[in-house]
Amino acid sequence: MSRTAYINARLFDPSRGIDETGALLIDDETIADLGSSLFAGGVPAGIETVDCNGRLLTPGFIDMRVFTGEPGTEYRETLGSASLSAAVGGITTIIVMPNTDPVIDDVALVDFVERRARDTAIVNVHPMGALTRGCAGEQMTEIGLLKDAGAVAFTDGDKPLSSSLVMRRALSYANFFDALIVQHAEDLDLSCGAVMNEGELASRLGLHGAPSAAETIMIERDLRLVELTGGRYHVAQVSCAASVDAIRKAKAAGLSVTCGASAAHLTLNENDVASYRTFMKLSPPLRHEDDRRAVVAGLADGTIDVIVSSHHPQDPETKRLPFAQAAFGAVGLETLLPAALSLVHSGAVPLERVITAMTTSPASLMGLNRGRLEKNAPADLTLTDINIPWVLDPEKLKSKAKNTPYDDRRFQGRAIRTIVGGMPVHVEEGR
Amino acid sequence: MTNTDAKKDIAFPHRHLIGIDGLSASDITALLDLSDQYVDQNRQVDKKGSILRGRTQINLFFESSTRTQSSFELAGKRLGADVMNMSVSSSSIKKGETLIDTATTLNAMHPDLIVVRHGDSGAVELLSQKVSCSVLNAGDGSHEHPTQALLDALTIRRRKGRLEGLTVAICGDILHSRVARSNILLLNIMGARVRVIAPKTLLPIGIERMGVEVFNDMREGLKDVDIVMMLRLQLERMHGSFVPSVREYFRYFGLDYEKLAFAKKDALIMHPGPMNRGVEIDSEVADDINRSVIREQVEMGVAVRMAALDALSRNLPNEQSL
Repeated sequence: MSRTAYINARLFDPSRGIDETGALLIDDETIADLGSSLFAGGVPAGIETVDCNGRLLTPGFIDMRVFTGEPGTEYRETLGSASLSAAVGGITTIIVMPNTDPVIDDVALVDFVERRARDTAIVNVHPMGALTRGCAGEQMTEIGLLKDAGAVAFTDGDKPLSSSLVMRRALSYANFFDALIVQHAEDLDLSCGAVMNEGELASRLGLHGAPSAAETIMIERDLRLVELTGGRYHVAQVSCAASVDAIRKAKAAGLSVTCGASAAHLTLNENDVASYRTFMKLSPPLRHEDDRRAVVAGLADGTIDVIVSSHHPQDPETKRLPFAQAAFGAVGLETLLPAALSLVHSGAVPLERVITAMTTSPASLMGLNRGRLEKNAPADLTLTDINIPWVLDPEKLKSKAKNTPYDDRRFQGRAIRTIVGGMPVHVEEGR
Repeated sequence: MTNTDAKKDIAFPHRHLIGIDGLSASDITALLDLSDQYVDQNRQVDKKGSILRGRTQINLFFESSTRTQSSFELAGKRLGADVMNMSVSSSSIKKGETLIDTATTLNAMHPDLIVVRHGDSGAVELLSQKVSCSVLNAGDGSHEHPTQALLDALTIRRRKGRLEGLTVAICGDILHSRVARSNILLLNIMGARVRVIAPKTLLPIGIERMGVEVFNDMREGLKDVDIVMMLRLQLERMHGSFVPSVREYFRYFGLDYEKLAFAKKDALIMHPGPMNRGVEIDSEVADDINRSVIREQVEMGVAVRMAALDALSRNLPNEQSL
């Protein structure tokens, strides 16, 4: 039986109102005890001790939007390589999207992901199941069976479910299983051919832009369907002011609606695309600065429930192309925490909101028994130095893909120790 | 006039000509002044110069274009360069070779100047980052077409004596037009007033912040303008329906004498070509020798491209430097 004491830590779990200096004892895979008075008289002999030097010890981070290439395009990213990247980023649980080849739309494929994860990944991996077969938007998947097999939510990943009829039925049907429906909100008619946000910059660059209304229209349609069906609905990423407003109103009206925002949409805007930087080509596109601020405000006031990395590995061959031809997406597991912390350092969002949005909030949405500092809870923990300054070097990323929008970006703060089920999976030497 | 005259120093401190964006008024004036000299040279019996002797110019066209490509070819040859034409749309792209592969392959052949046309905005800039020679943009997607804007400016300046203070109306498919973007930039830099006239579906979002007055009505927009620049309706770039029909488009947005009457009496008519007669411009108007300078634009095109090739070549490394 292995026991480790983390002493002199800033224990931080906003969902439980914990913010105190104290110690935490891990016994095997679970948190055995914690508190400010624990080990006040010293750690007994025989227990391994880690001095946290007052640094932040939180529940391990949960990232509910991660794309990998396994199965099908393993050269981009495997579950194993994504988990290494996650560990460095302080993330202890990743939720992988079903848009693989084949699509995760069958019980056997959920089993496959779980088995591969168990054998190759160093963090917890849970799949989201496809909402429709092949993510084709037509025929519902076996939501009940997939959920029993371990799918934590249902989505067509980076594709919207366009059909109002299928969405209505999915929300109605999933209700019985208390399954969460996750939508990539995009009206494909309005965004057809678009490669960035519509506006002055797109016009100057001669690029075809999508209006933010393409996102909001889809969200507003879905909100009507939620009203009609009572299903549990989550927007994977909101990127503009009008979408945040729509969600805010729906929540005020008591609908069972939640949403996420990606670290990129919280920290970057369309101007970062300037001079055709394909690593800034995301879906939804980076928006106007006013929209970014509205998304940040939505995170601060609780309208936005979770922060995701929207980790989307692309190899150079699909990015070193003219902007219109380049693939969408950016890697993000290793920059989720530092990008989120930049909002704390700038004073835009309180630390407790950021930590909640990466721990308790995604855990409760997907019914995971994780994301809290509590006796007998799984020992998934992240030790963060929130102040350490550093510069991102894309070549040092653990992800197989290096398509980060943050190359050479100056950050303040990063994870220095990541613990999954009591085991350190990432330890920064000398700290 | 002799070639030694043309060789006199001009200030054009740029390695590439990717767009009008990034050029100053003095850069543009320098190019136009040099172009004037080449207009004269091109009207001589002996049109051949030697400024680019020994230089290799590759015309790399990912989109086919007879007039721009032949204009650049003639310009290079008249300056004494060895010119090679490559139409890529037919060969490598279909075999899966990427733009960057093509660029690095060509770069290994040590060209001095590459003239590029590509269907994607930003593609020429991307290519310019991967080669060690000078790159001229001959049109990239809906982004820029700098030599077209320069030749339009030269045409106007020679006819009107100036650019500053003129009112120029750019009419038609602004949304898909790289010509419109380059012209808006250039005319603003040179102090002209720019109007755009088009149905809303053919106007880019945010165009009003690019230094133009926006009109939807031809009669209103053409009132008292000095220059009427018509654009081609780019049917090939249109996803979906932007205008309901060609006949409705011509009725409300095509240039005919009735609408032209709202412009100044001596207003010039321009078109970058190729024209869709009876779509954006009435055939008679297009051929009106008193008003239309469309053929003159073609002549100016060769001179402007000679000036651009000349100006860029002066900044190339030269092993035999004197």
